[in-house]
Amino acid sequence: MALLCSLRQVGVSLGGKTILRDIDFDLHPRQVIGIAGPNGSGKTTLVRTLATLVRIDRGQGTVLGADLGTDQVYEVRSEVGLMGHRPAVIPELTITENLEHVCRLAALELSRARSALGVVGLEDAARTRAGAASHGMLRRLEVARLLLTRPRLLLLDEATHGLDSSAQELIDALIARTVAGGGAAVMVSHDAERLSTSCDAVMGLAVGRLVAGA
Amino acid sequence: MSFGDQTLELARVDLALERRLGESFRIIAPFALVALAMFPMALGLRITLVSEIGTAVFWALGILFGMQVALRRSSTDDRERRDLHALLGVDPAARFAGRVLAGSLLTTAFLVVLFVAMVLLYGPRLPLAAAPAIALSIVMVAVGLSELGTLAGEIAWGLRDRTALASLIVAPLAIPLLVAGSQTFEAIAAGAGILPWVLLMLTTDLALAVAGVAMARPLEEATR
Repeated sequence: MALLCSLRQVGVSLGGKTILRDIDFDLHPRQVIGIAGPNGSGKTTLVRTLATLVRIDRGQGTVLGADLGTDQVYEVRSEVGLMGHRPAVIPELTITENLEHVCRLAALELSRARSALGVVGLEDAARTRAGAASHGMLRRLEVARLLLTRPRLLLLDEATHGLDSSAQELIDALIARTVAGGGAAVMVSHDAERLSTSCDAVMGLAVGRLVAGA
Repeated sequence: MSFGDQTLELARVDLALERRLGESFRIIAPFALVALAMFPMALGLRITLVSEIGTAVFWALGILFGMQVALRRSSTDDRERRDLHALLGVDPAARFAGRVLAGSLLTTAFLVVLFVAMVLLYGPRLPLAAAPAIALSIVMVAVGLSELGTLAGEIAWGLRDRTALASLIVAPLAIPLLVAGSQTFEAIAAGAGILPWVLLMLTTDLALAVAGVAMARPLEEATR
């Protein structure tokens, strides 16, 4: 089966500082890979590289068949789902409006936003402005977004940090659904123990270099 | 989703945010109106002089404060929202077009408010029959300012002092709009033709639109 992601000797520099060095990474369909590492090790940059949102300076790579650094990435971006450090929401809009905005841009029926909110337990908070919602609510909102957009490649950057067990279960269910559909997931966390329970394999990232085993 | 649908959705959200926050009309417009009211006082209420400079003051203040209206939304864009739009498959050119559309509507509304206030305070010699030409010039300048503001916002995105830098980028590039807008009003007052000035505004608007659409993708990638 074709690899969903493949990086070969990839290096990334941001603002003149080298963040990732000589990264070799493969992600197969139905695989869940965990990447552990301390703060500042380059985890977020690696996730954003896999999301095609960071330009690589050295090496080569493909994500969902698109060569990194080419316009091919525009064709596959809508199949990448990212839950980053900070929730991707418009704070001035309500939780429902945020999800409806996603529905419109993803050409989905608006009624699906309501049902997705029900799945993640946010019906009662539907009219709360995102800027006034708690971290846990915003994470649930992001799960709802990813349930709607059904990405093939799911990237979770410290997604479960600070969440209660029911919200963590939602994220586990999201991963399970992605994998069941032939997709794959990459989870990034400084909590190696959490990764070891959720992932098929865990790799470590230290000073921008990826090593097998956390 | 088509380019047009993406553009309309992004413009719709920008306008919804303005309706909710009212930044342009609660913060920028009052300052512009106060500035407009101060000129006649500074001139000692010399009615003839005030009437003569009315349109020039309108355009100077309209461009300066209209620039802020145009830049306002770009300055609130954060990385997460840009990433979200990128991963939803939004075309960077549609993002530019959506922002320009919303900005043009807001800037037009702002300039209309300022124009009405200028007419009331300064009593310029502008015939009522010229209303369509006046409206046309206001809309064309608003579109140009919005394009400039959006483009400058993209160029300066990611920099710490992006709002100040974007203003510095916009100011010199807005000169053709300032000249064309003020000369259109001069020509109307003198009963002369406005075609050369309308063509200057049209050329500026089209050039900025082409630049904005063509540079949208490279700019988005360069600022990642």
